Order: sequence, then structure tokens, then C-alpha cells
Amino acid sequence: MDMVVEILSWILLLGGAAFLLIGAIGVLRFPDFYTRLHAVSVCDTLGAGLVLIGLMLQGGFSLVTVKLLLIFYFMMFSGPTAVHALAHAALRSKLKPLVDDHESR
Amino acid sequence: MFIAVAAVILIAIALGLVRACRGPTLFDRIMAANMIGTLTVLMVAVLGFMAGRPEFLDIALVYVLISFVSTIAVLRVYISRKRATGTGVS
Repeated sequence: MDMVVEILSWILLLGGAAFLLIGAIGVLRFPDFYTRLHAVSVCDTLGAGLVLIGLMLQGGFSLVTVKLLLIFYFMMFSGPTAVHALAHAALRSKLKPLVDDHESR
Repeated sequence: MFIAVAAVILIAIALGLVRACRGPTLFDRIMAANMIGTLTVLMVAVLGFMAGRPEFLDIALVYVLISFVSTIAVLRVYISRKRATGTGVS
């Protein structure tokens, strides 16, 4: 049983790290602010969630898990809210999204 | 194995830093700062587990709240200044 929890926690930790890395590469390589925002918001939320759940499995039933649960809770609230505020502010200040006008194709 | 996760998070922070330096608009830089804040929280949590000292989680907990508030505050300062001066995105 311990072995199963250990393996599951490492799978979650490494999967979360992979999502974080993919999000960072997307931030570096996407062509436009809104696409970059999409990469960072989705991948960061998922990757952070997976890493925190993996750490919870490492911690076991203790105060550590409660603290990790609180971090998870605040992160699930604050991450998407901050990204939404960012996109809203960018759109309000007339930053145009990159669109593919089909005449140039 | 925690070292692998910490190394990946450090690489992601480095990539975000490149975007923060290069970013053509101010929003790119704020976005990169937000991302680096999230990654720093995870880094602190993983480092606490790596060192066997779970007290680090308190720092991570505070950092989550501060990074959210700082993102919103920077956006609000920027928008109110833009209303006052009327300059565009730069």
C-alpha cells in the first residue's frame, strides 16, 4: 500500500513538472499576448495542482497536508482570477489579438 | 527525485524570466511575473520537502496570497495611470 502511494505521488509530481515546463515553453514561443496567456494559465493551474497533490500524498495525514490543501485552494482561486483580470485589462487597453485574416492566405 | 522537480521548476522560471525581459507589451511582463510567482510557491514547497522541514509551507502559503495581490495591484496602478495620462500600451 505504501509503495502504491509512493509511485502514485511520483507520477503526479513528474506529470505536474512536465505541465509546468510545457507551459513555460509556450510562454516563450507563442506569437501573441493572448495565446501566451492561454498557455500560462492552463498549464500553470494544472501543473501546480498536480505537484501539490503529489506533495500531499508524500505528506500523509498530518498538518502538512492541511497546509498544502490551503495552498491548493488559494491557488485555484487566485490563478484564474489574476489571469482573467490580466486579459480583461489588456482588452480594455485596446491590445488587439493576433487574428488570421483569410485574405492574406 | 525532488531534485528533478525542483530543476524543472527552475528551468521554467528561467524561461519566464526570458519572456519578462523580452516581452513587447507591459502585459507580457505582468503575466511573466504572475507565472514566476506561482512557480516560486511550488519551488518553496518542494524545497521544504527536500530539506525535510515542512515549516517552509507557511512561507509558501503567504507567498500565494502576496503574489495574487501584487498582480492585481500592478494592473490597477497601470490602469489608473493610463487614465490619468492617456498613454498607450508599451
